[in-house]
Amino acid sequence: MIIQTIAFYAFAAVTVASAVMVISARNPVHSVLFLILAFFNAAGLFVLMGAEFIAMILVIVYVGAVAVLFLFVVMMLDINFVELRQGFLQYLPIGALVGLVLLAELVMIFGSWIVAPDSADRAASPTPLLTETANTNALGQILYTDYVYLFQVSGLILLVAMIGAIVLTLRSREGVKRQRIGAQISRSREDSVEIKHVEPGSGV
Amino acid sequence: MQDLLREYLPILIFIGIAVGMAIAALAASFIIARQRPDPEKVSAYECGFDAFDDARGQFDVRFYLVAILFIIFDLEIAFLFPWAISLSEIGMFGFWSMMGFLGILTIGFIYEWKKGALEWE
Repeated sequence: MIIQTIAFYAFAAVTVASAVMVISARNPVHSVLFLILAFFNAAGLFVLMGAEFIAMILVIVYVGAVAVLFLFVVMMLDINFVELRQGFLQYLPIGALVGLVLLAELVMIFGSWIVAPDSADRAASPTPLLTETANTNALGQILYTDYVYLFQVSGLILLVAMIGAIVLTLRSREGVKRQRIGAQISRSREDSVEIKHVEPGSGV
Repeated sequence: MQDLLREYLPILIFIGIAVGMAIAALAASFIIARQRPDPEKVSAYECGFDAFDDARGQFDVRFYLVAILFIIFDLEIAFLFPWAISLSEIGMFGFWSMMGFLGILTIGFIYEWKKGALEWE
């Protein structure tokens, strides 16, 4: 129990510290590396909560794929980040204003938050206990049947992301010679070879 | 819950050893080694030259497209793991719900294939 508490505070402290470093590191590549550290520690926190599957997915998907994508984006932007930071104080009032508006909205929403009377029953939907079965199995038992609509919506969101990425970034380059095997083997001698009778001494 | 965490205890010990060794190596070299910093030690050597510009070159945006398509199918696989484990308990409905999910993503796959997003030129 004491180890669990120590581990929780260590993971939480490193998560918060690396999250602060993400936004304050000078080099954007260092920011991404601190973000990866934050992901790893968040995975540790998930394991402490007993959510094994989410922890492993966090490592596989976020560290393995999303962080790589962030690195790509950092590499793709040709921005001088030192120059970018120079206007920081100048834009601070506008940023603070936007932040205040967001905060006011959040306060208004949470102030008028009413818990529906039957939500407690729904939240207590039949998740098998961790003592009975593994976390991944417990997730699988309700995700595909009880939450089938949300599951299908997640598929649609992935589809939209796929199509959006293709529409935004796909540029077909002009003048690229591709192999078209059908066209290549269906060429006939008549299409491609021509005999010219050249008179002697006149040239082609 | 306690049993679950007990299974993860070796990993925690490994992490502790790794962090301890990393800190020990850095601290030992900081404390024990002689330190005489000199600007000439970090300057370019006689046959080298100073860097012309930043090492960060711009990438082609197609790398990004490949990466994001990879992430989407990675997530699709992530949904398959709990399904594969609990398939015997969720019955035909669970099976066909996953088939619908895979069908939606197959539409996207056909779209990107036909669009030529998977070709590198």
